[in-house]
Amino acid sequence: MAKKIRIRIKINGVDRDAEVEPRLLLVHFIRDILGLTGTHVGCDTTNCGACTVLLGGKPVKSCTVFAVQADEQEIRTIEVVADHGKLHPLQEGFKEEHGLQCGFCTPGMIMAAQALLERNPHPTEQEIRWGISGNLCRCTGYQNIVKAVQYAASKMA
Amino acid sequence: MIPQSFEYLRPESVREAISLLQQHGDGAKILSGGQSLIPMMKMRLARPEYLIDINRIPELRYIKEEGGYLKIGGLTREADLEHSDLIRLRYPIILDTAAAIADPQVRNMATIGGNLAHGDPANDHPATMLALRAEIVASGPGGERLIPIKDFFVSLFATALQHDEILLEIRVPIPPARSGGAYFKLERKVGDFATVGVAAQVALEESRACKEAGIGLTNVGPTPLEAESAGDFLRGKSLDEATIKQAARMAAEHARPSSDLRGPASYKTSMVRELTIRALVHAHQRASQQAPR
Repeated sequence: MAKKIRIRIKINGVDRDAEVEPRLLLVHFIRDILGLTGTHVGCDTTNCGACTVLLGGKPVKSCTVFAVQADEQEIRTIEVVADHGKLHPLQEGFKEEHGLQCGFCTPGMIMAAQALLERNPHPTEQEIRWGISGNLCRCTGYQNIVKAVQYAASKMA
Repeated sequence: MIPQSFEYLRPESVREAISLLQQHGDGAKILSGGQSLIPMMKMRLARPEYLIDINRIPELRYIKEEGGYLKIGGLTREADLEHSDLIRLRYPIILDTAAAIADPQVRNMATIGGNLAHGDPANDHPATMLALRAEIVASGPGGERLIPIKDFFVSLFATALQHDEILLEIRVPIPPARSGGAYFKLERKVGDFATVGVAAQVALEESRACKEAGIGLTNVGPTPLEAESAGDFLRGKSLDEATIKQAARMAAEHARPSSDLRGPASYKTSMVRELTIRALVHAHQRASQQAPR
């Protein structure tokens, strides 16, 4: 077996140390070692975006990053989007605008949308669609997802 | 899917990285953005024994004009290119290209260096860099060397980089006044590899005749291709509709696509013709609009 690597990652504001195999994918580190199962494995082929987390504030597909690459970096997952139980405007938006059905893509969508709104607080519809273009949804046809993000943008304005 | 086990190394300098490549030879691969390599490793199509992560080497991420060249560090992320004012204002062909790659998440990790060094004819930057007549700065145990882009793509997944060399920088000669370029990518859906992609870069004389033209093709052969005869044909001619159509026919003759899920070879060849027309028209428009430097 390969030499394990010691890593320290700040996950949702908390420093965590671990010793991991280099080949451990970040998504598996987050789900299996940290127990944060809000981040999902969808396609496992870098397409669907269900595994999207914020690495150093930027949305990345955690199925296509090794945990060791995230050493000394900050990660934010869906679990930290709500503020101690108070829904984030994005979560409110997904609720109010029916932006989810099965909910499997939703954590990834919210992380991607959150990154979009942090960079561009007043996106046009086109910019929203571009911002979530790395996230696939089989249920909704995206229309209500776009509305959810628009809801959040106007709430956060 | 789980990659085969490997040792992970994280050098802090170019010199250290090269030394590791020398040490471990064929068993080592560079990890840049990983957005091409990691998917291959997960499918076990790539099984490096040693992965050399160069992401902590600080000096490799930059976009600047210097000494008559646009210089882009190999570790520059596609998102950096997508959001760069310098690129948007002065090299929109590179913005076209970066924005066409995958999706926002992938673009946050993927690097232009990796996009070129991977040697995949389906990657987008090669065609654009062929059209721009770029140079690759490679660094190895013997020092640095310049590789003209036309010599860089050797065969499928193989470039002119030696096994102990790293792609440090991409250098684009700053185009003359009245230059413009565009990259058009036909894809089945957002984030897909190109069914066909065409990059066109033109420079115009004061008379508006074409001084120089470069045309690069994505995913229509075992390597990225340059439609040299089409570029040569355009030299000295006015870029009217008939001339552009003829050049597009010639560009299509360079294409050697395979039939696959993205379409039959004949379809792809037709699309090379169509996209070359669009890319040349757009490049011409941009060249005509460009204010004198």
